[in-house]
Amino acid sequence: MSDTISSPQHYESQDAKFYIAVTVRAAVTAFLAIVSRDLLVTRREALTFLLQTLIQPLFFLFIFGKVLSTIGAANRGFSVLLLPGIVAFTVVQTALQGISIDLARDLSFTREIDDRLLAPLPITLVAIEKVLLAALRGLIAGAVIFPLGYVILGSGFQVRTDLLGVLLGLMVLAALMGAALGLLLGVAVPIEKGSLIFSLVLTPLIFTGCTYYPWASLGAIKWFQILTLFNPLTYASEGMRYAMIPPLHGQQLPTLGTGWVVLALSTCLILCLWVGLKLFQRRVVS
Amino acid sequence: MEEREHMPQTQDAQEAITVEHLVKRYRRSKRNAVDDISFSVRRGEIFGLLGPNGAGKTTTIGVLTTMVLPDSGRATIAGIDVAANPLGVKQRIAVVPQRSNLDRSLLVGEILTTHAAYHGVPRAERVARAHALLEELGLGGRAKEKLGWFSGGMEQRVMLGRALMHEPEVLFLDEPTNNLDPQTRLFLWERINALRERGVTIVLTTHDMEEADRLCDRIAIMDQGRILALDTPAGLKRLIPAGTMLELRIRVPEVAVAGHVSQDGAIHVQDERFRETFKKLPGVTQVERLTGDEHEEGEPGTLVYRLYAGEDSGTLLPNVTQAVLEQQDYLLDLRLSQPSLEDVFIYLTGRNLRS
Repeated sequence: MSDTISSPQHYESQDAKFYIAVTVRAAVTAFLAIVSRDLLVTRREALTFLLQTLIQPLFFLFIFGKVLSTIGAANRGFSVLLLPGIVAFTVVQTALQGISIDLARDLSFTREIDDRLLAPLPITLVAIEKVLLAALRGLIAGAVIFPLGYVILGSGFQVRTDLLGVLLGLMVLAALMGAALGLLLGVAVPIEKGSLIFSLVLTPLIFTGCTYYPWASLGAIKWFQILTLFNPLTYASEGMRYAMIPPLHGQQLPTLGTGWVVLALSTCLILCLWVGLKLFQRRVVS
Repeated sequence: MEEREHMPQTQDAQEAITVEHLVKRYRRSKRNAVDDISFSVRRGEIFGLLGPNGAGKTTTIGVLTTMVLPDSGRATIAGIDVAANPLGVKQRIAVVPQRSNLDRSLLVGEILTTHAAYHGVPRAERVARAHALLEELGLGGRAKEKLGWFSGGMEQRVMLGRALMHEPEVLFLDEPTNNLDPQTRLFLWERINALRERGVTIVLTTHDMEEADRLCDRIAIMDQGRILALDTPAGLKRLIPAGTMLELRIRVPEVAVAGHVSQDGAIHVQDERFRETFKKLPGVTQVERLTGDEHEEGEPGTLVYRLYAGEDSGTLLPNVTQAVLEQQDYLLDLRLSQPSLEDVFIYLTGRNLRS
């Protein structure tokens, strides 16, 4: 670190370490101030945010989880399979959208981000803060699915409670992965093509992400089963199924191995974050 | 304007900004956006970068505000290298951009306090400062409003307030009054001048000659990435060979015209006489007679002249007046005009600033 910070002339007499400590403290202060600004705005927009993000999962739960099974168009056990998928997709999608569109707009014309870029902290931290906040929004939205499901699904709401730690861990990982993917999209996609790209990415993401069906049951359509493995949402959905669905007659529902789930989600997270931060840096500093 | 030229230059005053052989070329660009420029700005100085769009002003500011990485050369703010230590620089500067980049999710007062929080100003102090600044900028009582339909001028004022919240040593203003109504322009000019008293160093870019002239202690005229000239406004104007222009309208009395075959002939004789007289006056470098309807207004016996004078024009006015009176002619109108910065720009580039 010492070679990247050259102490100015009027600090020469003082200890260089002191100067670095001052800089680090300024950066931490700035980071926390940005977080608290975002929390303030999130709190203020909480109602709109929740309505916006929950309207879709609400209808999915109601139609697929309640209506279809009640009229006999779907197996009664389907709602049990569905709920984890809805949680996974809500977490990932909310986190993704919590950063991508705003960032794309911000970098191209509103430039509201400038004030942060000029704050005394490394600019990558500005992007990382956005990822963290978007992940938090994803987690909140995902958490709200549980009471929602409890009300809508009635007896179809079955969640095992012995793996809550795993469930929480996977939700956090999925939220971070979704946010990192959102960062990547936000910096890589020019705003003019924004809505096109987002719909081209989001719809396939949802429908090939094992949201509405368990992965193991795809054995009959082998090519599709393989295809779904390239979608990070598949791992999130399967991870949630593992952590949420109670064993039936002592039999655990077959899901993708948790090790694979964690590996795939982490790999995707790190990759998207790394490329996303690189591109972010290139977009803001020319 | 004159007294600014004689600003005290204390020897030990540290330069607020130094720029040495700065070069920046953007990817996919054929020429350097900034092409080997050097200058320095003293503490407390108002320094202008003047030039047309694409001259490299905004890129220069970009480098100084750590948002553009230079390809070569060096720039420092308060002795800190902008490329090596951007965080140190960011703590000491503030930027008011050309276009609003205000945080539209926040209320006006929050925009100011949030910015101060980013810069580590303690809570009680940032609330007090925001209150004082909004008051000063004519936005008192609007802290709790949303930006909503704020006019461009009001947003500009909010941005200036925001920039001042963390008491920066150097303030960058990118086209501060572009597209604003005259009233707001005057108001902002006043505020910017007031900042001088607080000892804030200001760098502003503009393509508005009047703005540069009224605000800046020194101005760098930029074009195509280079600095063509750097001096005080008065110094720049002296670059033009004729430093002063004097326009005068004279009426030749009837008596002088009588006795000649035609009026035209009479005027011609008078003209010769005036030219001789004016050319002999000290300091006068060129005498031009302006003809045409707009100047003579169809009045018979009226002559209009433009005299160009060099640097020493202090005695020009009384000398000209005396010369005209000695000939027993009437001096109808006398107008002294200084060359504008616009004239300087045209002189340096051969182009109009707005072209």
